[in-house]
Amino acid sequence: MKLRLLIPLVATAALLGLLFLGLGQNSRDLPSPLVGKPAPPFALEALEDAEVILTEQDFIGEVALVNVWATWCSTCRSEKPLLMELARGGIPIHAFNYRDERDAALRYLSVSDNPYRTIAYDPVGDAGIDWGVYATPETYVLDAEGVIRYKRIGPLTRQLLLDEVLPLIERLRAETPRAERRARQAKRIAPS
Amino acid sequence: MMSRLLILPLAWLLPTGLAMALAIGQPLEFSSEAQRRQYDSLVRELRCTVCQSETIHESNAELAADMRRRVYDMTLAGHDADAIVDFMVQRYGDYVRYRPPLQANTLLLWASPALLLLGGGVVWWRVVAGRRGGVGRAEFTAAERAMLDRLRQGEDAGRPQ
Repeated sequence: MKLRLLIPLVATAALLGLLFLGLGQNSRDLPSPLVGKPAPPFALEALEDAEVILTEQDFIGEVALVNVWATWCSTCRSEKPLLMELARGGIPIHAFNYRDERDAALRYLSVSDNPYRTIAYDPVGDAGIDWGVYATPETYVLDAEGVIRYKRIGPLTRQLLLDEVLPLIERLRAETPRAERRARQAKRIAPS
Repeated sequence: MMSRLLILPLAWLLPTGLAMALAIGQPLEFSSEAQRRQYDSLVRELRCTVCQSETIHESNAELAADMRRRVYDMTLAGHDADAIVDFMVQRYGDYVRYRPPLQANTLLLWASPALLLLGGGVVWWRVVAGRRGGVGRAEFTAAERAMLDRLRQGEDAGRPQ
């Protein structure tokens, strides 16, 4: 009889527990189906020069970050010092300038630091859809073969870099020689 | 509202399928009625992933406008509804679908109404059965009858006449 009285108590506690777990979850932290897939193709003007057309091949070659940013996005501004640190540390960072105005973006970069190696100009969010961009800022990690290995929706933090991004980059860099060896072997096997 | 006013006149000048976001309610031209129907149903089936509780049909977010435009372009290009939904799912995940597909990780979601009904049914049945058990015992035992008699007599005896 006493056990039966406990049932509502246990059920309520379980429900509260579930709700509490739900509170801790960020509803924007959605799993990206693009992780593990090759970088989606695109063809966009370079931000600095409309004559130059950049494609996904310009992002591929070594382990790199791809950052999606815009001047109207204040979170992007606040994460830029971290990107600067990464860039100074020798990690290549490519970027999509997303739904922005070229003049504003160039002015912004001319008066502050520029952590980006290549910037593709995406004023209408064309590549944005192909890359599954939700909202700026977003950051991808590409391995040397151009496969997306990580995606962060929202700003990078120092903690996130230390816990997830930097260890991943280190691991991917260690993998790279092996990948190059494989590619060389494949080339040798294939008739030239 | 302002941006819609600005885009509307432009829509007539620009050729269809040109890269631009589609404002809500912007008049669209299709080459067939089937394409219009496909577009109308797709934009009500795809979730705006930034606003999360709106379809791209009703959302004012820029991402929703981009997605509407992509659905429109792909519809005009002759892609069927499945291909367009697949395209979005490959980029934004199953979350982009308002009607989740029945698969291993959504089994519990689909089964939950049936499970809740079943659980409620069990509780209801037990409560009713319990109540019926109590009501069904209408006869007093001999000992109870004797006790009642004593009570009644005691009352009568104790009451001042």
